[in-house]
Amino acid sequence: MSQTATTAETFIDGLDAGIGSIEGESEAILALRLEASRSFAATGVPTPKQEEWRFTNLKALAATPHDLGGPATADISPWRLTDSHRLVFVNGRFADTLSQIGELPEGVTIGSLATALSAENERAVFALGKGVDLESHPFAALNTANFVDGAFIHLNRGAVVEKPIHLLFVSVGGDGPIWSAPRNVISADPTAQATIVEHYVGTGGETLTVPVTEFQLAPGANIKHVRLQEEGRETRHIALQTSRQGRDSRLESVALNVGAALSRTNIDAELGAPGAHASLDGLYLVEDAQHTDTQIKVRHAAPHCTSHELYKGILDGKSRAVFNGRIVVDPGAQKTDAIQSNRNLLLSAGALVNSNPQLEILADDVRCTHGSTVGRLDEEAIFYLRSRGIARSTAESLLTYAFAAEIVQEIPVAEIRERMERHLVERLPQGELAREAF
Amino acid sequence: MLELNNLHVSVDGTEILKGIDLEINPGEVHAIMGPNGSGKSTLASVLAGREEYEITEGDITYSGADLTELDAETRAREGIFLAFQYPVEIPGVSNTYFLRSALNAIRDHRGETPLDAMDFLSLVKEKAKLVKLDEKLLKRPVNEGFSGGEKKRNEIFHMAVLEPKLAILDETDSGLDIDALKIVSEGVNALRDGERSFVVITHYQRLLNYIVPDFVHVLKDGKIVRSGGRELALQLEDQGYDWLETEPATVGA
Repeated sequence: MSQTATTAETFIDGLDAGIGSIEGESEAILALRLEASRSFAATGVPTPKQEEWRFTNLKALAATPHDLGGPATADISPWRLTDSHRLVFVNGRFADTLSQIGELPEGVTIGSLATALSAENERAVFALGKGVDLESHPFAALNTANFVDGAFIHLNRGAVVEKPIHLLFVSVGGDGPIWSAPRNVISADPTAQATIVEHYVGTGGETLTVPVTEFQLAPGANIKHVRLQEEGRETRHIALQTSRQGRDSRLESVALNVGAALSRTNIDAELGAPGAHASLDGLYLVEDAQHTDTQIKVRHAAPHCTSHELYKGILDGKSRAVFNGRIVVDPGAQKTDAIQSNRNLLLSAGALVNSNPQLEILADDVRCTHGSTVGRLDEEAIFYLRSRGIARSTAESLLTYAFAAEIVQEIPVAEIRERMERHLVERLPQGELAREAF
Repeated sequence: MLELNNLHVSVDGTEILKGIDLEINPGEVHAIMGPNGSGKSTLASVLAGREEYEITEGDITYSGADLTELDAETRAREGIFLAFQYPVEIPGVSNTYFLRSALNAIRDHRGETPLDAMDFLSLVKEKAKLVKLDEKLLKRPVNEGFSGGEKKRNEIFHMAVLEPKLAILDETDSGLDIDALKIVSEGVNALRDGERSFVVITHYQRLLNYIVPDFVHVLKDGKIVRSGGRELALQLEDQGYDWLETEPATVGA
């Protein structure tokens, strides 16, 4: 037996896994869980020998038995938005009493995925797992086999949700390490429109969060999405986001990674019909020994699609960031317009970035650009500010804040934008002064 | 106000300034001319407090104190202003915010209360007119997307707002057409008040037709090889710098 499989088995046992099920879920879902379980057993916990995991080592995780998190309660007041449709999940389980869905426009379903599946909601059953490549994503396989609940959002044709939909996932640590596997399915019918906040937080303790979020956008659908990961510093967070888009649909997604000891976010985006646009931007802000890893694959499968990726990183202490971006342009996906850029700012000598943008272009009439930079604050700019009387520490904070601002200003929900600004302020010596500038 | 005494300066072990003596009194305008590579910009940088320059010998006294003891921001707060030869672009930081932070840091240093937003705005609008700076450039990030001329005018605009005691203009005329040169010069002249001193560093005499200096110094190979009045600049315009090789050096203003 190979070393990989051995670790996987230990891990599975530890995770109290096998497969889970939801009361009343269909045979099809059960079959999918079985397939996922087998897939995970075969691949196991990835090791750095695998190219996609070269810089993110899960040895410590694989050696740590985790129990599936049980029902718990939490004080969510620090994370509440003042005006939203809110669904709360604690350790991956729907928390009815903490949620406040409120009044919904006609043709909009927002609720627990488990409820939808046990009611054999056709949309939920149909959408689940469609965009997930289990073999490429072992943790998504683990999620598929074991998920207990998550959010299900369905927007009928033309439905418009004005208020943000706030999906709040709280990890509540216990005596020993626990894990959870939220599963979210979001499907938008033609020309539907909504803003979704996917928000991961924790109350402390050693936890593992393995979320999978699937988007399906029908022609002309328009989804704004912000993913804020601000879990506790003892958490590992290993996520997959997939999106499949129809003609002229638009997905604008911003991923913010601030928390967790280790975070890994895979994004698989597919532009499947002409005129679709995906903007997948992000900001990671790490310090101390934090490790963050972003892997994005954008597949242009049809002509005349556009994609935009701008990822910025600010690293302090001995933190580490990995960025792997891949743009794949299928044969025939002519007039593709794809931009990918990863820019990193190192605030300390001990921080490290591995950035690797890649293009795979199989069409000949396309415009694709990619690039990455890793650098420090511009000393010339610092001197310029100082020469006008501004203290060095203020100058440094101001420039760092300005570096992040491009992404922060894109965040579609004001309160989330402010949360991110506060994270920046807390990390910078003269952050409060710098914040006033924006 | 400013006194350089046998100033020697090195960068990465190479000596650039090789014994400069210079005295500047309140209200005086001193022009420093010289060929490329003579050390003009090094002199400007040293006065502003750029850290990669090492003073190996001599001293700099400013308002009776040792200037070399002060870091760049403290020098600025004490009234020294450098107009950059190549003004730096600061993406994401608005021109107005930047200037307000700078002005309030200086006011705080002087024990004055910070200017509130309204007072600051009217001050800024008044000073922007002085150099005919388009008001839309106030909201834009510092120097980002500014033309060459706009950058130089922005430097003089900053100077007008910060009201230094000693302003050092490092080749502010380079790259300017005659109209922009006149605007910049008028801005500088408006700030001449008999108290404020200027060091005008330039390669060309042309600027000195508009900003008329009290003294002209020629810097060559790290030394002031000649000092004189305004007429020295005209002589340099006619004869270039080469003739100075053969003449005996007279040092000091």
